[in-house]
Amino acid sequence: MTDKGVVIIGAGQAGFSAASKLRDLGHGGPITLIGNEPAPPYQRPPLSKAYLLGEMARERLFLRPPGFYAERDITLLTGCTATEIRREARQVVLSDGNALPYRRLLLATGARPRLLPGADLDGVLVMRSLADADRLAQACQPGLRLLVVGGGYIGLEAAASAVKLGLRVTLIEAAPRILNRVAAPQTSDYFRDLHLSRGVDLREGVGLAHLTGAGGRVTGAVLTDGSELPADLVVAGIGVLPNIELAQAAGLTCENGISTDEYCRTADPAIFAAGDCTSFPWRGGRIRLESVGNAIDQAEVAAANMLGAGQVYQAKPWFWSDQFDVKLQIAGLSGAHDRVVTRLGAGPARSHWYFDGDRLQAVDAMNDPRVFMVAKRVLERGGPVDAALVADPASDLRALLAG
Amino acid sequence: MVSITYIEADGTAHKVELAPGLTVMEGARDNGIPGIHADCGGACSCSTCHVYVAAEWIERLPPRDDLEQDMLEFAWEPDPVRSRLTCQIKVTPELDGLVVTLPERQA
Repeated sequence: MTDKGVVIIGAGQAGFSAASKLRDLGHGGPITLIGNEPAPPYQRPPLSKAYLLGEMARERLFLRPPGFYAERDITLLTGCTATEIRREARQVVLSDGNALPYRRLLLATGARPRLLPGADLDGVLVMRSLADADRLAQACQPGLRLLVVGGGYIGLEAAASAVKLGLRVTLIEAAPRILNRVAAPQTSDYFRDLHLSRGVDLREGVGLAHLTGAGGRVTGAVLTDGSELPADLVVAGIGVLPNIELAQAAGLTCENGISTDEYCRTADPAIFAAGDCTSFPWRGGRIRLESVGNAIDQAEVAAANMLGAGQVYQAKPWFWSDQFDVKLQIAGLSGAHDRVVTRLGAGPARSHWYFDGDRLQAVDAMNDPRVFMVAKRVLERGGPVDAALVADPASDLRALLAG
Repeated sequence: MVSITYIEADGTAHKVELAPGLTVMEGARDNGIPGIHADCGGACSCSTCHVYVAAEWIERLPPRDDLEQDMLEFAWEPDPVRSRLTCQIKVTPELDGLVVTLPERQA
């Protein structure tokens, strides 16, 4: 093989999207996609929702049928770990000892769940991979007592799914409110009410002191307020850590993720990064996004730039979460805002609009897809937004798109 | 098996055989039909699996729900009558012979 081609470390959404895009763009050289899980690339979002509930068969999770990779001449190595990047030699060393040469390398190594102290006890689970979901689905038997640690989106989705499966669910959040890091108090209130109304014992401002166990199996938890809680199962939803160790060992700059410039390039011009593992420039600072939308878009720009396109990656953050009968869709990033305007829609629809002065930063839309779609457009376009119009439930939001 | 034809915006037609139970979006994905992105994987959250349904099929499909209706309104060049999101259409034996046309772009 004379053309060294492209090597992609990580076969999640970003790695898959990059490989696929490289072929779409006409790259004819070798592409090797290295995944450390046994399954071919699959969708993670349904794992905590439809898949856990048994509503979606395993095959439907796969981003493409297994035959796709051979058809598009993509070498997919599953169950394979990259152990070292040799930048001088432009080689990736694999767990089987082989060294793969590359002309361009993409790091799409993703993130891994933060673990609780006591995570080695049986019955203490996380929610990230297909194997995690399979373990959880098997463990989720009706009547069991589940403790969810962490009131972020993953914890809340796991709690909602577990309630539907007939478990008795307690969720604890150490911060004063659920979704503390990612949403306004109004959105926290909305989801607190939702979970309480569906029977989740939701407790905020109380963290985990330590887990208790007997015979290697979890039996419960002692909380920071001194209370004791028996539990048959514990799910940790306390965030993720970007997988940066390989990049760090290779001497690449990392700041809460593998640092890239606006072209998705790391400190080494032959090495790019995309997806959950990546820290990239954003409004004078840096951010790292954990979302499918970012994984796809960033990987596609990285793919184009590995072929020399010179495209600037402009993130358009968006997210969604399904809990019980509520579809939450988020456009933008709420980070810097000075007020939140509520808009009431028809029936259960409601949205929270984050403003910084007259600039819209983000919108949380609950069961209101029209609001979400308008907000996405408005954010892409920029410019001032009339908060009074937003707050008036009788106003037509299309006015925000006019002119 | 259920036969479904996807026509690209440039007129290229792909006739595929699908197993009931999948969605029309998944049928496109699994058969490598270009032009359907489905970024959200079928959660009706992104409106990037939009198609125009052939006129004679509109009445024969299960109707849109409110969520699909609202998402479609902001898809790329939606048609009030013919547009659908393929992630919301389950493949059933009744759909045998369905023809859908892809828009020029998804977003």
